[in-house]
Amino acid sequence: MNPLDLLLAPLSYDFFVRALIASALVGVACAIVGSFVVLKGMSFIGDAVSHAAFPGVVIAYLVGAPIILGGAIAAVGTALGIGAITRRSGLRADAIIGVLFAGMFALGVAIFSSIPSYVGDLFHFLFGDVLGISVGDLGALTLLVLGLLLVLRLLWKELLFSTFDPLGAGAAGLPVRRLDDLLLILIAITIVISLQAVGIVLVVAMITTPAATAQLLVKRFTAMIQVAALIGVSAAIIGLYLSYSLDIASGAAIVILETTLFLIALAFTSIRSRLHAARGAA
Amino acid sequence: MSSHNNAIELTDVTAGYGDRAAISGVSLALSRGSLTAIFGPNGGGKSTLLKCIAGLKRPWSGNVQVLGAAVGVHAKRVAYVPQAEQVDWSFPVSVAEVVMMGRTPALGPLGRPGTADRAAVADALARVDMTDLAQRQIGELSGGQRRRVFLARAIAADPEIYLLDEPVTGVDPTTQEKIMNILDAEAARGRTVVATTHDLACAAQRFHDVVALAGRVVAHGPAQLVLDQGVLEKTYGGHLVPLAGGGVVLLDDPHHSHGAHEGHV
Repeated sequence: MNPLDLLLAPLSYDFFVRALIASALVGVACAIVGSFVVLKGMSFIGDAVSHAAFPGVVIAYLVGAPIILGGAIAAVGTALGIGAITRRSGLRADAIIGVLFAGMFALGVAIFSSIPSYVGDLFHFLFGDVLGISVGDLGALTLLVLGLLLVLRLLWKELLFSTFDPLGAGAAGLPVRRLDDLLLILIAITIVISLQAVGIVLVVAMITTPAATAQLLVKRFTAMIQVAALIGVSAAIIGLYLSYSLDIASGAAIVILETTLFLIALAFTSIRSRLHAARGAA
Repeated sequence: MSSHNNAIELTDVTAGYGDRAAISGVSLALSRGSLTAIFGPNGGGKSTLLKCIAGLKRPWSGNVQVLGAAVGVHAKRVAYVPQAEQVDWSFPVSVAEVVMMGRTPALGPLGRPGTADRAAVADALARVDMTDLAQRQIGELSGGQRRRVFLARAIAADPEIYLLDEPVTGVDPTTQEKIMNILDAEAARGRTVVATTHDLACAAQRFHDVVALAGRVVAHGPAQLVLDQGVLEKTYGGHLVPLAGGGVVLLDDPHHSHGAHEGHV
């Protein structure tokens, strides 16, 4: 098979084209919210929210409701719950996150384990099934990306100020808490809609890794989001081809590629700063 | 009881964290156009007091009035500059972008920065001598330059009230001089300036009024009248060591490496 065939042959399958579009949309959405997650130091929240979505997904699956709806209710509820409990309890956020994360996931596992012969579907939820994505799922992903871009367009300067300096923004009268809650809701919705493609276990990598890589490479927030999106989309497309030709799980292929890019960027920046230091010392 | 000459009025304010009060029973009136330093030991409540005025910390009890109204009503006319340690300097923003944040509250949710906003940012950068560095990422700046960026952001907001948490801590004397000249000029044109500081010499020489704070207000008044050894002893307790020459050495600040400050009063 020549290289061009390697690229074109999978495109004759509708499911592969849908998977490509879905992965690219997930890459963009995760890059946008991921940039805020990384800069606010909230990566652990992403992990918690993705696991907390599980009981909602399971209950929706059991009663035949849309899985996205069930997951969204559980994820958004947990995300806002983390914020509210942290503000009231006086405990550190990471402790609250650890408690809710494990508790919600255990609830999901408990409910799921009551279903006879559950193992196959559990695997599907945990690791995603981008090749099984439907046209409806694609619609939800498109709406998500458009919604995120609209929020950025309308509230960019407020989000920038309150993310960078919540104290200064709060003193100047910006609704910092409501902006925080908005971000938490956007993170939760992004995670739930992305679950179908990459699964609960790996979605946090889709959010964190491209944004963290981008922060190593560029010095402006807008550029960071653009580079993160570029990384997310390319890793998704290349990862999907790798998964198809090597017959490995697509979510894992995408995340391994993103991690590799992160390590390359890390090596690049540390060499660059060493060169700067050497030139400065000379 | 509210006077129109007072920009800031606190009445019997108690506030703290967990179950520990950082300030208790604080009553304070700061007039318009005043230039006030809040000084005192670590844990004496300087930052807490500033946060109560900024509306960032809700008092457990008591009342805070800012520009004749409850805290928050005139938030857009207040500029708050946090301590340098509370800022993420690796954040991917340029100097000019940070200063433009000062214009954000007045622009409102759907407003876009226009010519007037860009001019205000340019003016503010010029006043702190940072025009050349406008496109730098903030992490590439020195400590003194970082303080000047945040001061420029406050200037760009054109506020009635400046609230600054440790604006001259750890900066070189030239930068301190520059910052204090600007704050002095702002006070001279009727803006109210409140700053916390560890630097007793700066408080004494460059501010008009001082507030000695050790959980409660030990003294408040013109720097020359208030800063005597009795007040300093009451403020700092056993951390004050008199010198033979008449000055004092302050053994404060275990969290900072530079250790002792000298206050000549």
